[in-house]
Amino acid sequence: MTTPKAIAGWALWLPLGIFALFVGLVLVGLLRPASHEIESAMIGKPLPPFDLPAAVADRPGLALAHMATGKPRLLNVFASWCIPCAVEAPQLAKLAAAGVQIDGVAIRDRREDLTAFLARNGNPYARIGADDVSELQMAIGSSGVPETFVVDGKGLIRYQHIGEIRAEHLPVIEGKLREAGQ
Amino acid sequence: MTAEFGLVALWLAAALAALQLIAGALPLTGRGGELAGLVRPAAAVQGLLCAVSFAALVVLFCQTDLSVKLVAANSHSAKPFIYKLAGTWGNHEGSMLLWVTVMGLSGAFVALVERRLPERTMLATLAGQAFVSLGFYAFLLMSSNPFERLAQPKVEGNGLNPLLQDIGLAFHPPTLYLGYVGLSVAFSFAIGALITREVGPAFARAMRPWVLGAWIFLTLGITAGSYWAYYELGWGGWWFWDPVENASLMPWLAATALLHSVSVLAARNALRAWTIMLGVVAFSMSMVGTFLVRSGVLTSVHAFAVDPERGTFILALLAINIGGALMLFALRAGTVTEGERFAVTSREGALVFNNVMLSAILGIVLFGTLYPLLAEALGARVSVGPPYFNPMGALFVVPMLVVMAVGPLLRWRRDRIGRIRHELIAIAGLVGIAAIGLAAWSGIGLLPFIGLALAGALAVASLMPLRGRRLLRTPLATWGMVLAHFGIAIALFGMASESAFSVEKLVAAKVGETTQVGPWAIRLDGVQPVAGPNWTAIEAPLSASYRGGSAVVLHPQARSFWQPPQQTAESALLTRWNGQLYVVLGEEADDGRWQLRLWWKPFAPLIWLGGVLIALGGLLALLGRVIADLRRIAAREKIAYRRERQGR
Repeated sequence: MTTPKAIAGWALWLPLGIFALFVGLVLVGLLRPASHEIESAMIGKPLPPFDLPAAVADRPGLALAHMATGKPRLLNVFASWCIPCAVEAPQLAKLAAAGVQIDGVAIRDRREDLTAFLARNGNPYARIGADDVSELQMAIGSSGVPETFVVDGKGLIRYQHIGEIRAEHLPVIEGKLREAGQ
Repeated sequence: MTAEFGLVALWLAAALAALQLIAGALPLTGRGGELAGLVRPAAAVQGLLCAVSFAALVVLFCQTDLSVKLVAANSHSAKPFIYKLAGTWGNHEGSMLLWVTVMGLSGAFVALVERRLPERTMLATLAGQAFVSLGFYAFLLMSSNPFERLAQPKVEGNGLNPLLQDIGLAFHPPTLYLGYVGLSVAFSFAIGALITREVGPAFARAMRPWVLGAWIFLTLGITAGSYWAYYELGWGGWWFWDPVENASLMPWLAATALLHSVSVLAARNALRAWTIMLGVVAFSMSMVGTFLVRSGVLTSVHAFAVDPERGTFILALLAINIGGALMLFALRAGTVTEGERFAVTSREGALVFNNVMLSAILGIVLFGTLYPLLAEALGARVSVGPPYFNPMGALFVVPMLVVMAVGPLLRWRRDRIGRIRHELIAIAGLVGIAAIGLAAWSGIGLLPFIGLALAGALAVASLMPLRGRRLLRTPLATWGMVLAHFGIAIALFGMASESAFSVEKLVAAKVGETTQVGPWAIRLDGVQPVAGPNWTAIEAPLSASYRGGSAVVLHPQARSFWQPPQQTAESALLTRWNGQLYVVLGEEADDGRWQLRLWWKPFAPLIWLGGVLIALGGLLALLGRVIADLRRIAAREKIAYRRERQGR
């Protein structure tokens, strides 16, 4: 007769060890910023009609009418609960300081959280629309936050940047803005 | 008002879970013994409140109350009623509410019904259940409140993803959730037993119906999900090794292993630590699966709305629940006394072998699912698919099925292979004949070949435990096992046949043109526009005739939904006893031709028929066990009553 012998002490810790590896792995996956190049289906298409109410007290809301003004601009999809959005704030500030018009779309956010977020990270936006049900976000083919769209003077989407804008992305974005202005 | 009412009910349920935890845990430390009486009522009321809260959300969706954020984001007034109803759980918040509701109700059920276990173990179990629930309540109330209002009501809702606007949505997620969450009871039982160190047949008998019930729902949920993906996605495949599918398969594998080891524990008082461990792992896999698909760490065909805050929250829950349980296991399992001994050649031996194989398959699926993450951490983007899963899985599935054919014929404790040699020779002979027959049929792959031969042998072997028995007096549980094993053979046959003999054709057809696919002649009769409640479509009537027989008309459609704007391909299926014809209408080409995708899949429906048989087998076994338990309770009461009368 064989029998399952008394299990070795270390073997009992094995499941916990495997689980710890799993947690470590997904933690890396979660914290790593999602930033991969995807050619958007919306490039070259006009923005859909939209009219979003103001998300914070000191900036007006955002509608399609504000976008096609003859000058290229950035449409930044963000949220106060999104960690990479804070990471890209300095880059947006740099762009705003260089005279780029940036409009924000706040996804599923709360006014007080957003105000605090802007106070902490700076406010580069001319207008901020509140997209409480991801209505505009879905319509322009954005699947996450942050994402940034280059929109030309006629309201056509010219470029989509997925993930946070890091310092090394600035030349590309500036280039796309120049292209859109021509 | 309804939304606020639902939210209040949810908060109260959370408060009761806290009470249940404290009242259950304190008496175990020797203090607050008078609190113990509160545990069962708290569990019952908590379940009720959850149900009330979920009902409130259902009402909001049915009324399309657009002042509620969740409804505005996921529903639309023009949507058919059944999808308004099913839309309640077709989104993150609603499905998490369904999760806690199922969990609350099953906790209430355990609290009210289960009286066999020692009271201390029950207290620990219910406290464990409350602890796990509390985490999910916190998750709902803090980061996924389904009842949140909008400052300004929307005029119209966003609509529901058209792929989800299908009758499958009404059944598939709730079934799967009943399975996922049913395993939480097994988890809590395992925790309870670890805390009080009382592991034995009584514990196994209390746990078994829950494992069986959850397993039945998981089986049905996976079967339904597979069929739904098969006809709704229009890709012609029935299993894609997508992370979401794997997320449902992993708990099933663990639950299947648990189901068998808990039977060994109940019948023979062996495999104690192993059963406990599987009880922990099974529900852990449910939670891991939920985490993987909800957090967005893996990309999949299921595009759930994801945000990192939620991912982090669920990960923290996982770390606490699973990490805590495994820690407890590591500390306590060594002190759980050893169970009964058994020989290698015995029914227990065969079951242990299958348990190990199932665990290995689980490991392979888990590794394959996580591999893209691992690779990405090392700087590469990869996707793992059938080329990994199929051969690696087969490596363990094949030996498992061989032992599965033989195992039920063996006796408990110890046996000799010689005793069942006639059966073995019969099975081996059948495999041989099938193999020779198939080999003559050249040109099928190795795996489908093995699959077909094994399916034949397994079908016969699965019926052998009934040999020489009086069928009417055979216990229901035995019938259940036979039917479930037979279902595996049927499903395996369908899978192998689908992969070996499917014929696929992609054509650009003119109206009036006939195409041959397998034994079918298919003519494109015309192309016409049709309209539904919230979509318009191009429909192509196709006349299909089998080997020159009379024609049947199929109606594949290319649908355009307008809210949200999205196109879907509605495939059309024609089922015969020996297979399924599957047609999809594609794009219009420039010269007035239409793209058609045509498949003839011999015996493919057996895949899902097998799944249903497996679940049905589980149901028979469950009924058998419950009836036997009820009889035992009745008999015990009778004896007690008699003793009482004699004593007077």
